[in-house]
Amino acid sequence: MSRIEAEVGKPQGGLMKWIDDRFPFTKTMEHHVTKYYASKNFNWWFVFGVLAMVVLVIQLVTGIFLTMNYKPAAAEAFASVEYIMRDVEWGWLIRYMHSTGASFFFIVVYLHMFRAMLYGSYKKPRELIWLIGMMIFFVLMAEGFAGYLLPWGQMSYWGAQVIISLFGAIPGVGDALVEIIRGDYSISDITLNRFFALHVIVLPLALIGLIFVHIVALHEVGSNNPDGIDIKKYKDENGKPLDGVAFHPYHTSKDLVGIIVFLMIFSAVVFFAPDMGGMFLEHANFEPANMTATPEHIAPVWYYTPYYAILRAVPDKLWGFILFALAVVLPVFLPWLDRCRVRSIRYRGWMYKTALSVFVVTFIMLGWLGLQAATPTYVLLARVFSVFYFAFFLLMPFYTAMDKTKPEPDRVVYHD
Amino acid sequence: MTEDDLDRNRRHFLTVATVATGVVGAGLVAIPFVSSLKPSARAQALGAPVEVPLGSMQPGEMVRVLWRGRLVFVLRRTEAMLAKLPEGTDNLRDPDSTEFAENQPDYAANDTRSVKPEYLVVEGSCTHLGCAPLEDFEVRPAEGWGGGFFCPCHGSKFDLAGRVYKGVPAPSNLRVPPHRFVRDDLILIGQDTGAA
Amino acid sequence: MIKSTSIVSLLALSVCFFVPQALAAGGAVHLEPANLEQDNKASLRRGARNFMNYCSGCHSAKYVRYNTIGKHLDLSEEQLIDNLMFNAEKTFETIQTAMPASEAAVWYGTAPPDLSLMARARGADYVYNFLKGFYLSEGSPTGVDNLVLAGTSMPHVLWELQGYQTAHFEEHENDDGSVTRAFEGFEVFSAGSMDAEEYDEFVRDTVNFLAYIAEPVRSDRRKLGVWVLMFLIFFYVLAAQLKKAIWKDVK
Repeated sequence: MSRIEAEVGKPQGGLMKWIDDRFPFTKTMEHHVTKYYASKNFNWWFVFGVLAMVVLVIQLVTGIFLTMNYKPAAAEAFASVEYIMRDVEWGWLIRYMHSTGASFFFIVVYLHMFRAMLYGSYKKPRELIWLIGMMIFFVLMAEGFAGYLLPWGQMSYWGAQVIISLFGAIPGVGDALVEIIRGDYSISDITLNRFFALHVIVLPLALIGLIFVHIVALHEVGSNNPDGIDIKKYKDENGKPLDGVAFHPYHTSKDLVGIIVFLMIFSAVVFFAPDMGGMFLEHANFEPANMTATPEHIAPVWYYTPYYAILRAVPDKLWGFILFALAVVLPVFLPWLDRCRVRSIRYRGWMYKTALSVFVVTFIMLGWLGLQAATPTYVLLARVFSVFYFAFFLLMPFYTAMDKTKPEPDRVVYHD
Repeated sequence: MTEDDLDRNRRHFLTVATVATGVVGAGLVAIPFVSSLKPSARAQALGAPVEVPLGSMQPGEMVRVLWRGRLVFVLRRTEAMLAKLPEGTDNLRDPDSTEFAENQPDYAANDTRSVKPEYLVVEGSCTHLGCAPLEDFEVRPAEGWGGGFFCPCHGSKFDLAGRVYKGVPAPSNLRVPPHRFVRDDLILIGQDTGAA
Repeated sequence: MIKSTSIVSLLALSVCFFVPQALAAGGAVHLEPANLEQDNKASLRRGARNFMNYCSGCHSAKYVRYNTIGKHLDLSEEQLIDNLMFNAEKTFETIQTAMPASEAAVWYGTAPPDLSLMARARGADYVYNFLKGFYLSEGSPTGVDNLVLAGTSMPHVLWELQGYQTAHFEEHENDDGSVTRAFEGFEVFSAGSMDAEEYDEFVRDTVNFLAYIAEPVRSDRRKLGVWVLMFLIFFYVLAAQLKKAIWKDVK
């Protein structure tokens, strides 16, 4: 045991023992924190899981305070948001933190998922972690969607109108399904009321539960690392992996640095650009919902636009919906689509590196296209990139199997 | 000291400094969240001072008004009522309004608990548990009742200056809200300084 | 080895940055920038006066309280009451219009919109160009049309100041036979009490005020942001040192 760990594991007093005899407090702390060994060569790509937790806490706390002043009724919702922004002391800060937090949740989660693709974190034995992660992502999408209706602005209303209508494309049950979602013949006070329930109770509960399971599963098999190799192969006489360091104090001290950098960027947006040029808070949403006039240019919030661009690229309602749904769901199958022997991109061949680069460009371009008006040029571009998007997943079994890999090292590469 | 000791000291110092900064930061973040729970600008606007015109009020008459959602009694006392105030103060718990100084502004901390003896302004909220007392101005010497306020919830009794009697659950005199006379025939409740 | 991931991300980002730039040419009506000085309180006070004199007769700003304006623009209660509060008695009231919405809808076809958030919903440049964009148009019930919002039911309220102008359009025939009208410029029809420069200033102050009421907290949040970032930089320096000290032994 190193000196620092000896400092951390202080002798336990009578109270600790009393608790431990009744509740596995010390055991839990050791298993998940002080004796959870993760590779010492984590780079900054590995900070996004913790950052996602930070954003979750921000959203939960600010969300609770928003519900104290928000009114989930069509006649009052828009005014209650302005009430929060103007009349409630510091309400503006709480609201901006929540609206900025929504966008940052997706930024962090997308980067967290990209990390998994860089270092093969979804591959055996972490398939289940990935599956749970994808479920978290789906719930998060629903959470963001339900939340976006609540300000009851023009974009809230018409964005919801478009997305809910999408479900009408499902043959047979579509129309009935849409009515069940809305609870009315159009989006109304009733819809707003139930979306509020979903947004503040149902989905956050699901989110917290899934995140808990995500972490329990992770701590069962252990964290991946930038080399994508198993650090449990070489252990010292105490059974501690030679390449691992305890989560606390090593990774906690490192993560804290990452969290502070994150908070700097987050604060910069909250205090200096809460609209983010209409990306985080859309201009049209500063007008109250008007059932008689669609805004000239309507697009979902940026974090859905990659999928929205795919939907728009298809000139058929049903197929648009199918491809849209497929685009969202396909990443679920990554652990089985990827046939490569190695996990980390460091030891993969040129094919995967090229494919992943193209995929990143594709994803961002689709996101950008989804924000633009649907001119013929853009629709054509969206079609091209949609093909790239699906090709990345559907051809993966072939190019990952054919790819030449480099030999993996025995121990992780660590630069002091 | 060895190099190890130096390292340990440095690490200890940095740990304490970082944790302290984090705690200070968390404390600062808590300020806006707690402040947001205070009455908002709208609540303050709705809780603005209330004007009570006195022009048509007869001696012995009482009106009820709401200020910040709180019931306020404005009573125009008769000569007879005023004459009774100095009597029987032995039965009162705090006849000089000294025990609970915060229950009335300084300008009402006098024998009549009012700015002008004629007009009593008190909150209609029993100092026991907040029920609204009922007025009972009928004098019934047989019962030892000189007129005043009676709380239906737990039987607390107050005299015509809102002073609490001994032997009842209410601990202190009825509160006098901040108020002032804008004119001789107009009281403003909720504000005692500044322009109207 | 670290290189490969960095190159992947860099390449991806650079493509994403340049392609949209190249594609984003073209656009709708050209908007002249309003060039607001949002921290200029003198301009905001003039804008407040303009708003109360010329806008508030028909438009409300129902989320805005007079005392908030007073606090941010350094106006005393007396100044608020004397100079700005034509439709209100108490400073904590919100800015309402004297005109009932139902009557307004009858007179103008649509009720004049609330202006609390107009500058934020449409953009300051939009409002600036709108207020400068009225031109004489026959056949319009108000006698004028607007370059930015064609067919607007709002009359040219500021005509006494700006005067009237006419707009010139050039018609281009496209290859498919359709005709596009391109705006060429305004011409003075009758002069108002202000020259062009004074009118621009007048509109700029007014829009500045509209931008301010759309987000009264803007200036405060930016000031606070500087302190928050300074605190975080301090926190970062400590945490980075601590991380280094703790990781010192890891080989």
